[in-house]
Amino acid sequence: MPRPASPAVLAALRARIARLEGDARAAGVLPFGIPALDRHLPGGGLARGALHEVAGGGGDTAGAAAALFAAGIAARISGPVLWCVTRADLFAPGLAQAGLAAARVIHVEAGDNRAVLACMEEGLHHGGPGAVVGEVARLPMVASRRLHLAAREGGTLCIALRRWHRQAEAHDFGRPTAAMTRWRVTALPSAPLPVPGVGRARWRVELVRARAGECLDLELEACDGTGHLALPAAVADGAAAAAGGQRRAAG
Amino acid sequence: MLAGREGGRRVVTAADGAARALGLRAGMTVARAQALVPELAIRPAAPAADRAGLERLALRLSQRIAPVAAVDETGDGAGGEADGIVIDVTGAAHLHGGEEALLAGLVGWLAGSGITARAALADTRGAAHALARFRADPAIIVPPGEIVAHLAPLPPAALRLPPGTIADLQALGLGRIGDLVGQPRAPLARRFGPALCLRLDQALGLAAEPVAPVRSAEPVAARRLLAEPVAAPGTIARHVDGLAAALCEGLEARGLGARRLELLCHRTDGQVQTVRAGLARPSREAAHLARLLRARIERIDPGFGIDSMVLTASLAEPLEARQAVHALVEAQAPDLAGLVDTLANRVGPDRVYRLAAVASDVPERSVRRIAPLAGDNDAVEREGRTPGGAGADPHRPARPDAGDPLAPVPGRAPLPGAAARRGGAAVPAPATWPGHWPRPARLLPRPEPIETMALLPDHPPVWFIWRGRRHTVARADGPERIFGEWWKRDAELAAVRDYFRIEDGTGARFWVFRAGDGEDAATGPQCWFLHGFFG
Repeated sequence: MPRPASPAVLAALRARIARLEGDARAAGVLPFGIPALDRHLPGGGLARGALHEVAGGGGDTAGAAAALFAAGIAARISGPVLWCVTRADLFAPGLAQAGLAAARVIHVEAGDNRAVLACMEEGLHHGGPGAVVGEVARLPMVASRRLHLAAREGGTLCIALRRWHRQAEAHDFGRPTAAMTRWRVTALPSAPLPVPGVGRARWRVELVRARAGECLDLELEACDGTGHLALPAAVADGAAAAAGGQRRAAG
Repeated sequence: MLAGREGGRRVVTAADGAARALGLRAGMTVARAQALVPELAIRPAAPAADRAGLERLALRLSQRIAPVAAVDETGDGAGGEADGIVIDVTGAAHLHGGEEALLAGLVGWLAGSGITARAALADTRGAAHALARFRADPAIIVPPGEIVAHLAPLPPAALRLPPGTIADLQALGLGRIGDLVGQPRAPLARRFGPALCLRLDQALGLAAEPVAPVRSAEPVAARRLLAEPVAAPGTIARHVDGLAAALCEGLEARGLGARRLELLCHRTDGQVQTVRAGLARPSREAAHLARLLRARIERIDPGFGIDSMVLTASLAEPLEARQAVHALVEAQAPDLAGLVDTLANRVGPDRVYRLAAVASDVPERSVRRIAPLAGDNDAVEREGRTPGGAGADPHRPARPDAGDPLAPVPGRAPLPGAAARRGGAAVPAPATWPGHWPRPARLLPRPEPIETMALLPDHPPVWFIWRGRRHTVARADGPERIFGEWWKRDAELAAVRDYFRIEDGTGARFWVFRAGDGEDAATGPQCWFLHGFFG
């Protein structure tokens, strides 16, 4: 009869597997502050020393919602932020309204996709920036693994903002990468107001893939002035928790 | 107008064109000048700064025109006042296409740099000095052998004489150089001292007068002669490390840090391969310099081998030791200089930047690029802290209209001085942009025209077509009226933009505007444009 493994042995084995897998939880996690979201993520938040992918959804050609989602995450991390792009169309006042002060962001305008990936890796290896964001159209497996390893080594949160200019490039988002999580952020009609006007923006935030976590689909209110997301008021009192529970049961 | 002190009196030392038009002249007392023009703008003269500026200019000219250039002085000996530049162009004129072309090019280049110059070219330094100050308008060339004819009508003041001698000559009725040339020398020397004869001889070419050229400080360099030609990248990298270490020793001895590096690799076939690297901050950290250069070794074509390498700090700046922040007091901000250097050398120095607010309501003008490390470390890395020191940072370009008193729309940026005065954590950096109006996350490089249907004068569009896709507007906010900056250009005197934040049925949010106020054709063509995207 096999002897039941002692808890100590199990813990050691788990630690070893985690080391082999490159567990990014060593650098800690960044919780969103939304229980419905955080409990689906391993460690209760976005792993810091890891690569994450964010893409815009639907007809959002500019990827503005995805950019703000990334800016909100970067805003809640201390330290400078390296933001690598191929096309400079970010509007600093808009990012500042998501909590990411312009003084914290160092923009790098690289020539092409490969150069963006190289610059991101450079920033991750340096370890000085608190977060590194890169707008890439293609993210090959090898490149993503390099980024992930560099992020883990420096304990820097890395966000690959998937952005494509042709619809044909969008298929690349389905390919596997080494990212810890993969998000899709789609703009939804804003919060209704009692008067005509545009209320607080709402997003459909889909956790398409999470390593060691579960998928999730939530409707959230967009970043406030400090980069925090929020549950819509109508569902904040229990309904969302129920919805999350159902999905967990289903998935 | 510039005023300086001469003995016990305050005198005008220089007057600009406007002041001269009012009848003011250099040499008159300040009291008299103020009596003539009560609202005179007077600035103190700074002869030392003038001389330093002329020395810098002479250095530039020595690299541009001819190698022997120096600061020229009026008056005599040590008490002279630097007011010009003398260049020995002997044997250099043909390189510029002849003497006329040389002078015209020189004056034109200086005018392009904002310097009004008068130039004269003559056989002797003394004659050129006199003619540049008394005849040139803006340039004059004396053919060889015609100095006497050209100098004769000029006053003796052109000869760089002490003021006392000039006054004596005037008293004796010797009002022109021509009167002096014919005079017997012995009585002149007895009466006025040797200076007059010397200056006269120098102007006429009878006495030698060499030009002591300005010399630039020798750049710090490290040199390595290789016993055997090398070609392998690994070997080159090893030599680069050694050179960087030697260079840093040289820099440390002079208290400098490198801002630009040049690595010259002399190949066995006589060709030279060059690798350059720039730094955001002066540095003399050998490992960092070597890393920057190593990244570019692959660009070196070693050919049959490199037999000597020279590493030069072609641009160096003073670098003092700084006390590190104690870890107990405050977590030390990460030093990004190394990262910025690496990235800047990879993608280009102007493509690594931070963005800063500009006090402008026009969206595309409200952001400007600044150097990634501009301001102190704290302003870069500390969230929510005022970059108070940044307002006074001399490396930043001045805000174009920060002092403008007119604020047509609320929410204008506070003046940099005001931000610095308030200091502390009271004013975070983003406060310089209007916080109460939502701003898009992405802005189109230039507004794109859209087809719309909208009620005039101040309703948002009902639908719009952008890039062939039709969007029905479900909700809208606005208008936010932004006025043209008439203080910048006249064409914007009446220009108006009405911005709307609109949302279509799927939830995509856009920033659109109408050029014009919807009523008055003078405010714009009343066309609609798409300008940005909200998340």
